[in-house]
Amino acid sequence: MSASLENIKTFDPFADALDSEAQTVNYVHIRIQQRNGRKTLTTVQGLPAEYDLKRILKVLKKDFGCNGHIAKDEEMGEVIQLQGDQRVKVSEFLVSALQIQKKTIKIHGF
Amino acid sequence: MSDVEEKKVVTELFGDLNKKKKKKSKKESTGEEDEEKASTPVEGEDFEFKKKKKKKSKSSAADAFDEQLEAAGINEVAEEGSAEEKSDNASDNTDLTYSDLLSRFFGILRENNPELAGDRGTKYKIPPPVVTRDGSKKSLFANVKEISERMKRPSEHVIQYLFAELGTSGSIDGASRLIIKGRFQPKQIENVLRSYIMEYVACPTCKSANTLLQKENRLYFLVCQACGSTRTVSSIKTGFQAHVGRRKKVAA
Ligand SMILES: [Zn+2]
Repeated sequence: MSASLENIKTFDPFADALDSEAQTVNYVHIRIQQRNGRKTLTTVQGLPAEYDLKRILKVLKKDFGCNGHIAKDEEMGEVIQLQGDQRVKVSEFLVSALQIQKKTIKIHGF
Repeated sequence: MSDVEEKKVVTELFGDLNKKKKKKSKKESTGEEDEEKASTPVEGEDFEFKKKKKKKSKSSAADAFDEQLEAAGINEVAEEGSAEEKSDNASDNTDLTYSDLLSRFFGILRENNPELAGDRGTKYKIPPPVVTRDGSKKSLFANVKEISERMKRPSEHVIQYLFAELGTSGSIDGASRLIIKGRFQPKQIENVLRSYIMEYVACPTCKSANTLLQKENRLYFLVCQACGSTRTVSSIKTGFQAHVGRRKKVAA
């Protein structure tokens, strides 16, 4: 009996539904902003707290050959900022090096 | 459905084809003088008929068949009875794969009942965004209102999404054109509009774009006019306006 109950539990009919709850909790947002002229800025927001952002930033800066820093925001927590449009490269890095699932990464902008 | 029945259906679909084939063979077997006269045009017509069938309707095929009937004469009527009996063998000879039959079926269906076959396949189209430069630091999105109306969405909602996605701000001028801070290409705006459609226009259940955005108790609902499903969609404010410190300071 308990086994069948367990089975019922494991089936979640809304697993594929995009719950607003899941959205606010889990997503890693990668955004782009235009600065003066053709210069752009990439921001990575919502990385799980267990990651050491400083170490990640160090690797990213070296890998992409760009500068960057960590911005602290009261609401959004710590946000990695990188110079230039690094959105695709960052998302690849998050998937391959940090084992973050691709579907939890949201790339914004054009 | 049994094998025999299946074959029957097939032969019914391709009845005219089979009959024609048989007719030809019968003429050959009878070896009449008029055989040469009749068979050569039949051969040409057969080819033409096949071509026609691919793109045109059954009726034209039927016409071609009628013509042949007239040309062949009365003994055709007598053949028709035997045609169905022998058609089992005939259908074995014609190498019709499943995909052939399927494409034929959808061809006919699309022609006669396009709403049954093609509705989902038709692409959703919006006019291309007209984006021009406005000075060196701004872009002018001229037909934002037209596109919003085409999507049946309030232009404020579309603009809010654009600003959130592009990480910028802007204003609307007197001619209801959108002035965006920053330099953007039409292609880039198009990409953002595409993701807007994915998020706020296309029905997540049936992919139809025939949807309405309704607001209830501060929540946005996507109501599909095609399948009737209702889904909440994340509001732009909480979902996308969560911006980083640098931009917040600019905005504030
Ligand atoms: Zn629908």
